[in-house]
Amino acid sequence: MAAQNFKHALFSAVVTLIISYPILGFNLVSEGISVQLEGADTFTLVGVFAAAVVVFLFQLFRDTIMGGLGKLPALNPMANRPPMPQRKRLKVESVLLTLMLIGALFWPFIASRGAVDLATLVLIYIMLALGLNVVVGLAGLLDLGYVAFYAVGAYSFALLSQYFGISFWFALPIGALLAALFGLVLGFPVLRLRGDYLAIVTLGFGEIIRILLNNMTNLTGGPNGIGGIPDPTLFGMEFGRRVKEEGNTSFHETFGIAYAGEHKVIFLYLIALVLAVITALVIRRLMRMPVGRAWEALREDEIAAKSLGLSRTAVKLSAFTIGAFFAGFAGTVFASKQGFISPESFVFLESAIILAIVVLGGMGSQMGVILAAIAVTILPELAREFSEYRMLIFGAAMVLMMVWRPQGLLPMRRIHIELKPQG
Amino acid sequence: MQDLLYFIQQLINGLTIGSTYALIAIGYTMVYGIIGMINFAHGEIYMIGAYTALITITGLTALGIVWLPLILIVALICAMIVSSSMGWAVERVAYRPVRGKHRLIPLISAIGMSIFLQNYVHLAQGSSNIGFPALVEGGFRFGPEDSFQTSISYMQIMIFAVTLVCMTVLSLFISRSRIGRACRAVSQDLGMANLLGIDTNRIISATFVIGAALAAVAGLLLGMYYGSIDPLFGFIAGLKAFTAAVLGGIGSIPGAMLGGLILGVAESMTSGYLSGEYKDVVSFSLLILILLFKPTGLLGKPEVEKI
Repeated sequence: MAAQNFKHALFSAVVTLIISYPILGFNLVSEGISVQLEGADTFTLVGVFAAAVVVFLFQLFRDTIMGGLGKLPALNPMANRPPMPQRKRLKVESVLLTLMLIGALFWPFIASRGAVDLATLVLIYIMLALGLNVVVGLAGLLDLGYVAFYAVGAYSFALLSQYFGISFWFALPIGALLAALFGLVLGFPVLRLRGDYLAIVTLGFGEIIRILLNNMTNLTGGPNGIGGIPDPTLFGMEFGRRVKEEGNTSFHETFGIAYAGEHKVIFLYLIALVLAVITALVIRRLMRMPVGRAWEALREDEIAAKSLGLSRTAVKLSAFTIGAFFAGFAGTVFASKQGFISPESFVFLESAIILAIVVLGGMGSQMGVILAAIAVTILPELAREFSEYRMLIFGAAMVLMMVWRPQGLLPMRRIHIELKPQG
Repeated sequence: MQDLLYFIQQLINGLTIGSTYALIAIGYTMVYGIIGMINFAHGEIYMIGAYTALITITGLTALGIVWLPLILIVALICAMIVSSSMGWAVERVAYRPVRGKHRLIPLISAIGMSIFLQNYVHLAQGSSNIGFPALVEGGFRFGPEDSFQTSISYMQIMIFAVTLVCMTVLSLFISRSRIGRACRAVSQDLGMANLLGIDTNRIISATFVIGAALAAVAGLLLGMYYGSIDPLFGFIAGLKAFTAAVLGGIGSIPGAMLGGLILGVAESMTSGYLSGEYKDVVSFSLLILILLFKPTGLLGKPEVEKI
């Protein structure tokens, strides 16, 4: 056994060297048209060899280490406790949610402008993740082209305002409905496909939308995008220094306060907050309705669900359409927050980030998804010097989550009836 | 005459691209045939192969070696070794622990791996594209002197030849060798093969290694053909190759070859007669259409769902 461990350890260490040394140890540098090779700095080389040694030692003493880890007291002290009774858990959750909501309401008045802007982005991601959560977490349909619906929402607002002068409040439902329509039209044929094929087809669809946006230059402006997207108004009050559209008044003049750029940012934040809360509440309701139960039934066992009389297409389609609807919502808010959109914002990576949020939070769990959205958006901002490692860490985190905790950080728990413990 | 020459040119270009797609598609199809998962990180393994080849070529040139065949062969071998090791490691780290769990779990793990590898190379080598030296230049030309000429470059001939050799070796390997036989057994029935004494874990590793080695060959060839590489170029190529695998019938090796060729020709016809921008749209639409109307592909076996 020991000899075999040694052989395997040596092999693993050599493989580690092979996969890291050529890529990390040499840097290709373009100089004009020719390419030069430079050796990496000593630090990297030491790191590569250290990694190989670590892998070697780990594989050599794998059994001992794994055994030792098993004996350690669990890192999470909650792990071995019996799960909280449902009533208590719900109470804790609702208190937590209320506190979060109150905090979110007061946030713009205590935080700086940049922080409010970031919080708006967090809320947009929360909306997106909650929407994708319906598709992936509840209905079990892996949608890798989710960003396409987000793009539809954003572009429909941008185009409608550019060509027809439609304001944010009209564009919001239109954008969401258009995205839902796209979801419906795409979903109808593809939802017959099995899980992993569906993932690839949605990915292809996302790419098609992006390529079309990029190339239909006379409509969408191509790679240059669309600018000058209007800000939302509050009952006809604009937030700019001067009123742009006739018939509108401006916010600061109506209330007789000095003009401040923050007003607009705060207003947008509050809109995003309200929309995110609406999204969460609607989906929360849907989860407990028959359609929500049907999503989960289909995810757990398609054949059993079919034999109980659920229409596979209808159930899947409803999840897909609702997910797309909320993506459209988020897209409209995004467009008005940025004031400018281009196909650059709707690449596959964006889909992957939203998926990572859902996976990290725990597929199906709303609370988990919200917390993960906050963490995933804010952490890179806090650790700016590590920001280029962001996607690297995302990828690694996705793999590690799947290996160790596929149910996510805060796994979903169904509302259920509990028997009272006897005695 | 003119139109015919133009058509033949597109056909040649399409077959060139298509045969490299076929090389990458083999990796998808073999893995899918054995453990039924889409190895999403395969495109990245191909990209790493291309990077290793470029690093080797640059290194050898810097050392003053100018004999072209030597450079190419050493680069090919290095790329194959690094990519295969990568394939082996990826399977060990990201796929083996989640094997047999719910369908979505290995797929998400694979997507994570793909993002990880993309950024690994991005951080190590920078995100801008890097020129790949055109080592093989020149070619033949056909047709009248004063108008459009069909040309076939030595590079294209080399791509055909290398692909052909790889495919032949692979076919012989699968049909004759012990491991190849075990591969076929495992892809028919993993549990049964295990019972009959085949070390299925090793066979699955072998599949990843073979697929990755072929992807590395494609990486070197396509890198030279396109003339530049960047960390993202594995992603789209991976998608295309996956499309090719599905087109031919996923799980079937001849299907992957056929699918690759068809896809390559379809793409080059689109860029030749419509517009280069829409070639990706055409291949993805092709993918969607095939999955809708013939999910088993051209040469695939229908999958029976057992309860």
